[in-house]
Amino acid sequence: MSMKDQAAVVGVGATEYYRRGQSYPTESELSLVCKAILAALDDAGLKVQDIDGFALYASSFEPAEVAAALGVPEVRYTATTTGGGGASGASIGLAASAIHAGMATCVVTAYPVQQAKRRYGGSAVATDNGAQLTYGNAALGISSPYTGFSSNSGLLGPGHAAALIAQRHMYKYGTTREHFAEIAISTRDNASRRPKALKKSPLTLDDYFNARMIAEPLCLLDFTLETDGCVAAITVSAERAKDLRHPPVYVMGSAHGGPGRTGPLNWKWLQMAEDDLVSSGSRYPAKRMYEMAGVGPEDVDVALIYDNFAPMVLMQLEDFGFCPKGEGGPFVADGNIRWKTGSIPVNTHGGNLSEAYLLGMSHIMEAVEQLRGTAVNQVDGAEIALVTGGTSLLPMGGTLLRK
Amino acid sequence: MTATSSFGEIRKGVFPSMQKHTFADPTTQPFWDAARVGRLIVPCCTRCGTFRLPPYPICYACQSFDLEWVELTGLGTVYSYTVVHHPLHPDLVDAVPYLSAIVELDGTQGEGARMLANVIDCEPGEISIGSRVRIIFEHVNDDMSTPRFRLVRGDEK
Ligand SMILES: [Zn+2]
Repeated sequence: MSMKDQAAVVGVGATEYYRRGQSYPTESELSLVCKAILAALDDAGLKVQDIDGFALYASSFEPAEVAAALGVPEVRYTATTTGGGGASGASIGLAASAIHAGMATCVVTAYPVQQAKRRYGGSAVATDNGAQLTYGNAALGISSPYTGFSSNSGLLGPGHAAALIAQRHMYKYGTTREHFAEIAISTRDNASRRPKALKKSPLTLDDYFNARMIAEPLCLLDFTLETDGCVAAITVSAERAKDLRHPPVYVMGSAHGGPGRTGPLNWKWLQMAEDDLVSSGSRYPAKRMYEMAGVGPEDVDVALIYDNFAPMVLMQLEDFGFCPKGEGGPFVADGNIRWKTGSIPVNTHGGNLSEAYLLGMSHIMEAVEQLRGTAVNQVDGAEIALVTGGTSLLPMGGTLLRK
Repeated sequence: MTATSSFGEIRKGVFPSMQKHTFADPTTQPFWDAARVGRLIVPCCTRCGTFRLPPYPICYACQSFDLEWVELTGLGTVYSYTVVHHPLHPDLVDAVPYLSAIVELDGTQGEGARMLANVIDCEPGEISIGSRVRIIFEHVNDDMSTPRFRLVRGDEK
């Protein structure tokens, strides 16, 4: 029996959202994650004493430290997916699988972000300790024999890889910058009504084309914000979920993975077959996620899509089946992702592009609020929500939640 | 225009060789030995003929560990590129804008043996997907020679 509908997200909670570095020194990663977990427990009507598991992605924090700090009585399950933000949505699937397997009963998922000392975006260049290369640097203990094949290319982070992928998508399918702009503009429109959003002022097409170039064809408005903060989610069994504070949000299906040739960090790799390179890599886990849930993209009411870069939203719309491959540009240009009027509203919370960048956890929170009917930008009658993970390295992932 | 920085000399359009050591192992050392003398060699599976980069010890197409190093012409085609305008480090201010590209090498199957490299001596408007390029190696020291590409211009054809 699959884990379909066997577990439910019952609590979500968040800290304040800060611009990059602004949470320091009043907060630490440990204080941020503890505050978010307590908020999520309170939302669920649960206590620290109920927690017995941690299902993470990208080794986002050390469960031993957080359990000790919080005073969790007994830890029965700790696991993390490998990779980066790609498995953010799928980490809820990891929690559900632990519960379904009987290994844990109340599982925490969270991702604290504090970028005072390290920026996620400029991954190859550390700026806090001078001009040091953080890979290919023996002094920092990172000396792979393979880094030399990319490190002097000038490609330094996930945004540069997204630029290369977007450029090839434009060449292959005729996608334009206007298409990327629609993602930035529609996401900002959603954020404009969100009290917590870090960017609220409406964007026009002129604003987009006047924004400074970062790495062609991507401009500043194609890039995620840089944020400090934390969002946490609590997952329990479907049975237990019935007695808690809010209506359960069931985990219908979840999968992570991608083409085996996706390779490590994509700005150091990009060796995969064309159909996988010019994509988000998500169509493989998407297929398995829909199969587990027994539904298709036409059944999804709202999509919370990992938006590290606007073009990767467009490619995920293709890979999660909302439009045919290569047609993401015309699909968004036709207004399909707009709140209220579109066929599949996307990132109703303002996403990473305009609300806050918390490596996908805010997307999980928004999915839960949509399915409870309490979202700021509520999609009328939303019953099924998709949450996806990012696109910079294996695994990518997605989870379908339902009310 | 040149300037000095913690990365060494900085020239517009040229990404500095930040990594100065190859950390080579037995399966990557031959590439750097050839690079030092300006030659491009790439491992090719002797069982199935698939080229691969970076030089992993095993063939991803047939799982053979047997390989031969094949010398290529150094010519290739731009598969995709980006013009980097924003310096990710303050010392890169005088290097931007620079071009970084994915290059598919002549004589290989393309995917699986692509090179990621800085394209130099090229204005941003001069490059496009499909542009023909030729490799050059910048001698950094006796260990590292950085591969870069230049456009193959009309008068060189
Ligand atoms: Zn082979």
